[in-house]
Amino acid sequence: MTTDTTTKSAASGATPGETVLDARGVTMRFGGLTAVSDVDLTVNSGEIVGLIGPNGAGKTTFFNCLTGLYIPTEGEVRYKNQVLPPKSFKVTAAGIARTFQNIRLFANMTVLENVLVGRHTRTREGLWSALLRGPGFHKAEAASRARAMELLEFVGLAAKADHLARNLPYGEQRKLEIARALASEPGLLLLDEPTAGMNPQETRAAEELIFAIRDRGIAVLVIEHDMRFIMNLCDRVAVLVQGKKLIEGDAATVQRDERVIAAYLGEPLANDPGAEEAAEVEAAEAAAEATTDAAPGKENDR
Amino acid sequence: MTTQTTAAQTAGTPAADTPKGLIGIPETIGRALATAGGALAVVSTFLAWTWTSEFPGDLTVYGYPGGLQVLVLIGGALTALFGLASYGVKGLRWLVPAGADSALKLAALGTFVTAWYTIIAISTTLGGLVNLEPGGWIAAVTTLAALVGALALPFERPVLDAADPDDSGWEAFRHNARNQGAVLKAAIASGTASPARKLPSYAEILIIVAALAVGLIVFTYGIGTEYDELFVGFLITAGFGFAAVAKAGLVGRLSAITAKHRTVTMVGAFVAAAAFPFTQSDDRYATIGVYILIFATVALGLNIVVGLAGLLDLGYVAFLGVGAYTAAMVSGSPTSPFDIHLPFWLSALIGAAVAMVFGVVIGAPTLRLRGDYLAIVTLGFGEIFRIAVLNMDGTSGPDITNGSNGISSVPNLNILGFDFGQQHDILGVSIGRFSNYFLLMLLITLVVVVVFRRSSDSRIGRAWIAIREDETAALAMGINGFRVKLIAFALGATLAGLAGTVQAHVTYTVTPEQYQFAHVVPPNSAFLLAAVVLGGMGTISGPLVGAALLYLIPAKLQFLGDYQLFAFGLALVLLMRFRPEGLIPNRRRQLEFHEEAEAPTVLSKAGA
Ligand SMILES: Nc1ncnc2c1ncn2[C@@H]1O[C@H](COP(=O)(O)OP(=O)(O)OP(=O)(O)O)[C@@H](O)[C@H]1O
Ligand SMILES: [Mg+2]
Repeated sequence: MTTDTTTKSAASGATPGETVLDARGVTMRFGGLTAVSDVDLTVNSGEIVGLIGPNGAGKTTFFNCLTGLYIPTEGEVRYKNQVLPPKSFKVTAAGIARTFQNIRLFANMTVLENVLVGRHTRTREGLWSALLRGPGFHKAEAASRARAMELLEFVGLAAKADHLARNLPYGEQRKLEIARALASEPGLLLLDEPTAGMNPQETRAAEELIFAIRDRGIAVLVIEHDMRFIMNLCDRVAVLVQGKKLIEGDAATVQRDERVIAAYLGEPLANDPGAEEAAEVEAAEAAAEATTDAAPGKENDR
Repeated sequence: MTTQTTAAQTAGTPAADTPKGLIGIPETIGRALATAGGALAVVSTFLAWTWTSEFPGDLTVYGYPGGLQVLVLIGGALTALFGLASYGVKGLRWLVPAGADSALKLAALGTFVTAWYTIIAISTTLGGLVNLEPGGWIAAVTTLAALVGALALPFERPVLDAADPDDSGWEAFRHNARNQGAVLKAAIASGTASPARKLPSYAEILIIVAALAVGLIVFTYGIGTEYDELFVGFLITAGFGFAAVAKAGLVGRLSAITAKHRTVTMVGAFVAAAAFPFTQSDDRYATIGVYILIFATVALGLNIVVGLAGLLDLGYVAFLGVGAYTAAMVSGSPTSPFDIHLPFWLSALIGAAVAMVFGVVIGAPTLRLRGDYLAIVTLGFGEIFRIAVLNMDGTSGPDITNGSNGISSVPNLNILGFDFGQQHDILGVSIGRFSNYFLLMLLITLVVVVVFRRSSDSRIGRAWIAIREDETAALAMGINGFRVKLIAFALGATLAGLAGTVQAHVTYTVTPEQYQFAHVVPPNSAFLLAAVVLGGMGTISGPLVGAALLYLIPAKLQFLGDYQLFAFGLALVLLMRFRPEGLIPNRRRQLEFHEEAEAPTVLSKAGA
């Protein structure tokens, strides 16, 4: 990790200012419920953009629409001016990688194997080359391993390469998810609550890590509830409330905005966000969290 | 187990400070009893146990153990050895890297059960205890003494849950049963193995060779057991013997060594298997051998689909059928609709290719579904295949497969002038028809093993495992789930088809009822799946061992007769309850099923 991580300089590598992600009018309906409604969002290269909002605002659903897990009811998502195909593996191949709010590692694979799986789209060796084991296979495999180890080094997990993913402590599982996502060599990384459940030191380390990722030329879109984290980190922040984008701007502007404060403090808006619903979501999440300890990555919530 | 528990009720372990055995005899006496009992049991096997040779195996001879006596001899010797090792005798310590006591208990128990089973079998077969000679009595007493002595050995008692006074009768019973189970488990718990002394490579390879030789001997003995009693005795002795050796820590040490020399182990195992026909004086048991190999090979192919990719295929035997029918039709059978006789290498390729096409055709529409749907569709496909083949007899459908008569008189193979139907003399040993096919089938098995090993340790294999672990996350990592699953499915089908091409020649005739979902004779889809689950999903040796057991047990135990499927079901239920990861667990699976177990944090490459 670089030393001057706090400077929000433009990233090396990519042309600064070029639009990486361009989501237009994304709407997602589940039956009668509109979880995401007409959201526009752009992310430029070299940027770290925050996505905040109260529980149940539709942030994760928006991520799922971006990554092809859900096909948006309406709207279009472009990555580097290409419309994204509606299949999650194709989205990853195109260059968007993500982590999950409820950690979804391959629990019974080793740390290294997890990252190697992340290399899948960037390697080509098929069944034949695996069976015949020509020199090309060994070379590709060695290169993959080297790259994976380098990423583990980058997130600070190299020493645990042979451990089973399930046996890592929570904070390290989040780091491993990031390493696994980086293994697909993305141009845009989507992080869904990367510091949930972390203590202040770990959060601080995660901040450094995200700056370091940005400095590698990867744009970052991050969902987070920790305001301080978001304010330190992000060049721009968008606020989702009840599926709609309320406001977008630099951290300070957003922080001062009355509507945002109202949304967070629960002052009734036009139509009440529904404390009941929020509580429900939270309870469900707590339950999911509980199972996470036993078998991370096995929840249905994606 | 709530707050109610008062101090008075904290389980009945007031004096838990000094460890005690299950039986209240002083430790020194117990140990001596166990060791001496084992040794004396060995002596007893040299005496006559009964007066008439009517009981199979001829146990009437002095000075020469026969039949079941040999098994007791082995059990007794193991008990005595573990007993001596538990005294710390120099030169025997390598036997018990993880402590001798648990191994001693299991060995004594196994010897006791085998000996008493023999005695009871003699009495019931010949009508009464009067038929026992002194040797039999000595065996009974010494093995009992060894068992009692072994059970007196102290062990670390577990901390038990206190009973809840509010429990109803049934709950209290369950509670007690659970506690007793915990005590028994602790009684045979083994310690952690002491670190291994570093051995030179050649010594390790010698150890592997020795272990493989022992494996070959055990297998050959089991396959050659001539009567029910001997096979039951063999299962008891082998089961307890293996458990004892495992508790002693030897199995763990051995698998560490084999993991280090994987190629040597694999080559060695195949040499050992190839040596099997040369240990046989006639072709009788090679028949069993070749059927086991066919079954095991197909099970291993299924393990790619089920164990690695996590796709539950309930109609897998149909692909074996596709391969067998294809090969039978192009190999010059008089009842084949095609009048061609292709060389084996070509018919094998065609059989495998046709099976692959079927795999793709079945897989393409169904693999987009998740989970249970696939199981149902494959189950349906398996039956459709059988019924379609049954009906293509010229009356209900086109005349292709001869209906229930099947394709018969498939000629024997002839590769480069080597006629598989003839007996050949190799190295002074006559190798009959089934031995020939055994050796050919072994080659096919080798192919499947290599395919399994190489594919599982590669980009595609990791993708399979990732899909099995978490499909959504795997897709988000850029894995084309459908494509990767289709490859697994088609590969599995191809390997089964390949095995089928040999099967057609071995069985002379291919008929539809060889390829049912469930049937008393393996291989069928249910038994194939059972072999994989019983042996251990995701491993290479698991399905091989599972298939061997599942074939041998019904073939050897004639008395099971009509209860065979029932016994099979019961055994599966018990296994799933007590050892869901299978006999030879994949390291990953073991962790999955036993959360609370001391999970080794590091997964070495020995996993598969
Ligand atoms: N598959 C689905 N089917 C139906 N409703 C869904 C589905 N996924 C999400 N929702 C609903 O959409 C709304 C937005 O959920 P989402 O998980 O996107 O919120 P979030 O902003 O990520 O909240 P949190 O901060 O708690 O993670 C919620 O009301 C949720 O119940
Ligand atoms: Mg969320």
